[in-house]
Amino acid sequence: MKARVFVTLKNGVLDPQGKAVHHALEGLGFDGVSDVRIGKLIELELADGTSDAAIEDMCKQLLANTVIENYKIERA
Amino acid sequence: MRAAVIVFPGSNCDRDLAEAIRIATGTAPVMIWHRETSLPEGLDLIGVPGGFSYGDYLRSGAMAAQSPVMREVKAAAGKGVAVLGICNGFQVLTEAGLLPGALMRNAGIKFVCRDVALTVENSQSAFTGGYDAGQGVVFPVAHHDGNYSADEETLDRLEGEGRVAFRYAEEVNGSARNIAGILNNGGNVLGMMPHPERVVEGAHGRLDGRAMFEALARLG
Repeated sequence: MKARVFVTLKNGVLDPQGKAVHHALEGLGFDGVSDVRIGKLIELELADGTSDAAIEDMCKQLLANTVIENYKIERA
Repeated sequence: MRAAVIVFPGSNCDRDLAEAIRIATGTAPVMIWHRETSLPEGLDLIGVPGGFSYGDYLRSGAMAAQSPVMREVKAAAGKGVAVLGICNGFQVLTEAGLLPGALMRNAGIKFVCRDVALTVENSQSAFTGGYDAGQGVVFPVAHHDGNYSADEETLDRLEGEGRVAFRYAEEVNGSARNIAGILNNGGNVLGMMPHPERVVEGAHGRLDGRAMFEALARLG
């Protein structure tokens, strides 16, 4: 069983990497990009029957820093 | 005076910190590998050094914060033992929940490695008792993720309770309210991005950090 965890910066948290990439896209001539935010995708290979609560705990304890990041779990 | 310095894979300021403690106290601290599940009895001070623990994988300090020895560090901090986290050590302490907030990528994206001017905000703690409030000091910084971030309520609380130990006197990394170092609620845990252990002897060119270690030497 697989799950994917998307970790993204919370709204309002400055993302200097995203800003730099945004700037680079503009430099390449891509118009109409109003913002870029960079996050992480973590793929988990899990034992069958792993509970949602267990994956939530993984996110809260380690995979995301909930002071600055949100996470979203997607089961494959 | 009994001190310990924690060593993670990727720590690179552990020996500098140990030497700064030795100079001030006359006794070399015990070096503790991150896999240890107990700490020596009767410690007065635990140092969490700078570096790139676990290669900064996942987030700076995130992996180290979960290592076995950190359970013991948390327990010791809970009993009032002084804990000093410098640079990566500050990141580890926030990730471990011993200090509030988080250290994000520098606002200017670049790694910042230079001397910076700081203001001592709190001169009442075990760490900063050797300085005067409002005193200017110069410590080196060397970090990529030193941009201190916390919600407004937390920042207000830190300021209101006198828990901002050091503030940058110039723009360095985008830190909220120019915060360079903070204390925990009990005042026995200090996390800071600048490196006091790099300004303690003649060859360093400055001695601005010495007062911190001399104050800590009086703990035991």
